Amino acid sequence: MSIETEVVWLDEHQVVSLAELVEISGFNEGELLELVQHGVFQRLNAPGQAPLFSARVVTVARTACRLRNELELDLPALSVALRLLDRVRGLEEEIARLRALLPRG
Amino acid sequence: MKYSDYYAALGVERGASADEIKKAYRRLAQKYHPDVSTETGAEAKFKEIAAAYQTLKDPGKRAAYDALGSRPQGEEFRPPPDWNRQQGPGAGAGAGASSFEDVDFADLFSRFGAGGASPFGDSGGQIPGQDFEIPVDISIEDAFRGTTLELDLALPEYDAAGALRRAPHPVKARIAPGAIDGQRLRLPGKGGKGARGGRNGDLYLDISLKPHRLYRAAEHDLYLDLPLSPAEAALGAAVEVPTLAGNVNLKIPAGTSSGQKLRLTGRGLPKPRGGAGDLIAVAQIVVPATLNEQERGLYEQLAAAGASPRRNFAEGA
Repeated sequence: MSIETEVVWLDEHQVVSLAELVEISGFNEGELLELVQHGVFQRLNAPGQAPLFSARVVTVARTACRLRNELELDLPALSVALRLLDRVRGLEEEIARLRALLPRG
Repeated sequence: MKYSDYYAALGVERGASADEIKKAYRRLAQKYHPDVSTETGAEAKFKEIAAAYQTLKDPGKRAAYDALGSRPQGEEFRPPPDWNRQQGPGAGAGAGASSFEDVDFADLFSRFGAGGASPFGDSGGQIPGQDFEIPVDISIEDAFRGTTLELDLALPEYDAAGALRRAPHPVKARIAPGAIDGQRLRLPGKGGKGARGGRNGDLYLDISLKPHRLYRAAEHDLYLDLPLSPAEAALGAAVEVPTLAGNVNLKIPAGTSSGQKLRLTGRGLPKPRGGAGDLIAVAQIVVPATLNEQERGLYEQLAAAGASPRRNFAEGA
């Protein structure tokens, strides 16, 4: 019999620190900050403070790490791939929304 | 366990150079990577080629793989009892290490080198547990009310003797109301067990909403087809509409057309931090497939009296 476990929602209401993102994503701190510079992730707070991110970033960071490891991409190539994936995801969400509008045939 | 022919998976000869293996993997990875491929079965195919590459690109793992000999793909087999001792420097992996029970073929190589250790337990470094990501389908009703998931997983893990085996891994997780399609959840420490003091991996749940007989979800909004008779649409009406919290009365304005959207604010899926999406009823005017004599007569009167809905066609294109 298992005990009910903690569930963390990876959405915009949860915040993760850089250290947590390092532990979860598989990237080191320098790589994550470089991805921030490439515009792949946006930090929630101003530079000069310890970086904080929306928990949505966790999913992106894990995908990024998987792509880097599995396709052996460098960080600039990774940032381009992630931007394109983000656009695809946005278009898929838009298609899903428009499909919901269509009556069942 | 079933033997996997890693060379065949990558389409290379057993004597292929490291460069040939890398090129073959890159070609196949571009075609089958699940984040970019639209091919059917791409994910399974990618797992196969990724497992092959992860093993064959590493000289130590490749030597251990080659020591198993060449067999037909999918043939049932068991590694020789001393295989781990021959391959792992300083093996001594514990009494259970040679049992290979409940282990997938890929598991034999997947943790080779993790934390500085061989898969046979030769060094003392911490080995973090693996993260796992699994898709979970829930109903729209479960997303609305919240639900408790009870998952019976079987994950590869090292036992006390250092042997790798697939162990039952029951997980119980309460999902609060408000999950939507594509919602990702993290269950810290509920992935694979770490070894030698390494932290446990995490479990990630990728939530999908099952298709519903009435509702279509778009984030927190729900769409519902609302069938109306021509008379209800023309004259207006009050109709009962099913929502996830029970039926409500909806006023249909006179002159409602097919496709018109009538919004029931806050009757959609709840949002995790309060509030809720809307239920949007999409009017569908339903004409009877057959008419009795009285209906036919009334429709004929309407046809004679009514203006054409195609007045804008009069001027041509």
